[in-house]
Parts: sequence; structure tokens; C-alpha cells
Amino acid sequence: MANSSADPIKTPFHDFHVAAGARMVDFAGFRMPVQYKGIQVEHQAVRNNVGLFDLSHMGEFEVNGKDAEAFLQKTTTNNVADLDQPGKIQYSCLPTEDGGIVDDLLVYRLEDRYFLVVNAANIKKDFDHLSKYVTGDVNLVDRSPEYGLLAIQGPNAEKLLAQLTDHDLNNMAYYTSAVAKIAGEDVLFSRTGYTGEDGFELYIEPAHCGKLWNEINAVGSTMGMELVGLGARDTLRMEMKMPLYGNDIDETTSPIEAGLSFIVDLTKDFIGKSIVEKHKQEKPSRRLVCLEAEGKGVPRQGFEIFAGDEAVGQVTSGTFSPSLKKPIALGYVRRGKTKSGNELEIDIRGRRLPAVVVKPPFYKNASHK
Amino acid sequence: MNVPTELKYTKEHEWVKIDGNVATVGITDYAQGELGDIVFVELPDIGAEIAQMEAFGTIEAVKAVSELYCPLSGKVTEINSALDDDPMIINRDPYGDGWMIKIELTEPGQVEQLLDASGYTDIIE
Repeated sequence: MANSSADPIKTPFHDFHVAAGARMVDFAGFRMPVQYKGIQVEHQAVRNNVGLFDLSHMGEFEVNGKDAEAFLQKTTTNNVADLDQPGKIQYSCLPTEDGGIVDDLLVYRLEDRYFLVVNAANIKKDFDHLSKYVTGDVNLVDRSPEYGLLAIQGPNAEKLLAQLTDHDLNNMAYYTSAVAKIAGEDVLFSRTGYTGEDGFELYIEPAHCGKLWNEINAVGSTMGMELVGLGARDTLRMEMKMPLYGNDIDETTSPIEAGLSFIVDLTKDFIGKSIVEKHKQEKPSRRLVCLEAEGKGVPRQGFEIFAGDEAVGQVTSGTFSPSLKKPIALGYVRRGKTKSGNELEIDIRGRRLPAVVVKPPFYKNASHK
Repeated sequence: MNVPTELKYTKEHEWVKIDGNVATVGITDYAQGELGDIVFVELPDIGAEIAQMEAFGTIEAVKAVSELYCPLSGKVTEINSALDDDPMIINRDPYGDGWMIKIELTEPGQVEQLLDASGYTDIIE
């Protein structure tokens, strides 16, 4: 879907959310469901069964042309050459000239083009940024308004989707895409997600959105599927230490200190590479860590992290983990205090909440990790 | 929206039930719905003296934190310790088992300043 500074955009599923009793909020220029029955119920449905998300606010760009691969090598940190056949997908980020992060994204290789999925709040920024680097035979097109996006997530996601398609889901690998008939319509979909669980994301033409919503819900209702809002999307991703752009990563954070070295390929050239390389060699002065707390209080973005009397960092995301039944936080902590097992404290409005650095993810039993 | 007529309300979405000189305090159905799933409630100690519209505690939901304001001046005589183990009682039964504190009123005349059900309904609609 497209971004806009005017009235919030309604996704093709808007009226279904309202009919289902969702609490709607404005998010990144879109009118989105933040919760239906409640965050805990929705979160547990995704961890233990299956949930359905409307993610139509996400942006989709298409890149084609002879020089598309070279263009993406330059503008993304991961190695696009690893997408050695159509259907492969990779997680990546768009680096700034200064070694920061413009956005994090998924890069899909399709038959004759690449397909980029970017954050709703960054659609215009990303498009303008990428446009600056277009040279040679490269077409960059914003396809956001042409797709509704539904995610089916949870250990029973395959069981649900299998009732709506003849496509061989059993042999469909994680981080791959396909085009197949789903509920009778041609749909581009992928085995991807932002929850840690198995699941699929479906990019649907607006004309077919109503039909797909109804068919998925008809099957889902026989399986105890829940509709899931942005509230539980946030708790689910946080339990997996999946970063949220704007909270945990932004133009001032390096992918190295954010723990995203695994999507930075220093064997190729990309924007800001020399700075990112320096971050890697010199070891960053801070790192994004997982903090598990004990006691009453919920860490929130901006709360200070202490080692004794010394302020050593700041919370970038925090919540009460529905799976662990504990307060959890992601935050940048300075070098020397980031080892797992380190005992720190989070300042909760003047009160200190004991917290320990733990290895990611917080939630260890996800069906995909 | 559920707004029982036998209760009094504040603009900050607390409810009060008056029983002689004792008032029971909680948050409204509207408030619990706005907050969403509640994960912690911090309540005062028994014996604490609280002035009208002074904060007596905090309530943490997954998405947000909110102060709790005391509708009337008084001394805390009882707190609902069941909320420690299961704060989502407030989501399920805000006017019943989800009550928070009982106070012995020091200035019962303050009741006149509270909203009745229709006055509160006007605020939330």
C-alpha cells in the first residue's frame, strides 16, 4: 500500500477488522488493527496454533532491468548473488553513506525481477534513497498500492494454507517464494514472517483481498485461528530479538552493533561499506542486547540501563513477554557490559528493575528461529 | 459500554463504590479496554493516606503505563492482593473482582464532586 500525509489509508481488509471488533489505530499513515481479543490471546495463538495478520501497510518495490543485481549489490548489505535462483529470499538492510541503516527489508528474487518489501513508515524515504543510486538499465517501481498483504503465522500455518492450495507446501523451504493458486486466485506468497514461527506471507491484488480474507477465515475458524493485531506482532518479534526499525535500528545505528552482521557481506562493495567494515574491525562501542527482568514493571523505549551507579545504555524496545511471563527489553549497552549473564538494572520511572543479559532469542521453542 | 449506575466516576476513568464510610476503587470497563491486557498493578500499602486525585499506584499494560488516581481522600484499609497473581482479573471483571483498594474516607463530602454514570458516559462517548 502507499504512504500518505493526508488521511490514514484504509487497507483492503479495513472493514473486516472493524466488523471483527478490532481496536484501530493510526500507524505510519495507515489505519491498522492493534488488537482484536487481546494481545495475550493473539500472541499465544501464533505461538501454539495459528494467527492471521493484515500487513498491507508494508511497502513493495519492484526492481528490474539488466543492471538490477548490480544496483541491489550497491544499495543493500547482504549478497544478492546468493539469490542464485528465482524463488529465493534474503533479509537485508539499506545502508546509509555513514554506515547507518535506512531500513531493513526482504529481497525476493522472482523470475524476471527483484521484489523488495520495506517498512510502512519508510516507503517514501526508501524510494527516494534508492532512486538516487539508479544507473544503467534499472527500473525501480513502487508497487505498494497494488498489494494487500496477509501473514498466516504459527506452527499450524501450513496445515491451514494447505486447505486452500494444491501447491506443495511441504517441500517449500523457509525464505522462498512461489506463485500459486490460493483459493482459486494467483497469489505471490512466501514462507517468511516476523514471529519466529513457521508461516506464510501472501501478496494479494486488491480485487482478490476480500475473497482471500473470507476463505482463510472460513478454514481458520475450524482450527481456532485468531486474528492478530500490531500489538501482538510487536511482542512476538521482540521475543525473537527481531529488530523494529525506528526502535532498535535507525540511521544512527550500525548493523554491526545491532547484531546484524549476518546480513552484512564485506566481500562485496556497498554504500558506506568502509565505515561498516571499520565498525566490525574496531568492535562497536555498544551492542544491542537482550535483557530479561524479574519483578514488577515494564521496560519502555528510552528507559536508562544501569550497572550499579553507572548509566551503560538505553532500552530501545520493551514489553511484558507473554511467553516468558517476564518483563523483557532490547537495548544498546556499552562494550564491557554486554556479556550474557551480566547483571544490570533498568530504571523504571525512578525505580530499579534487576535485569540480566541473556542470549537471543528470549523464546527458545519457536517453530522457526 | 458498561457503566453501572450505582457507581461514581472520575474523569481519569476510576470508579468508586460508596458503602457507609468506606469506598472501593477500581478502573472502568472503558479504561481496561483502552489499556488492553494488564500485566502489573502497583498498589499502596495498607494504612497509606491518600489525598483526593493523588496518584495511588500505577497500572502497566503490554502497550502502555497509566497512573491510578484516588477519587476521594482517605486511608487505605484493604488492597486486592489477588491482582498480584492475575492482574488480568481487571480486564475480565473491572467492576467486581478487579477492584483495587478500599479506603476509609476522611472527607466524605467530596463524593459530591464525582461524576455519576451519565456524566461519565458523556466523557467516553
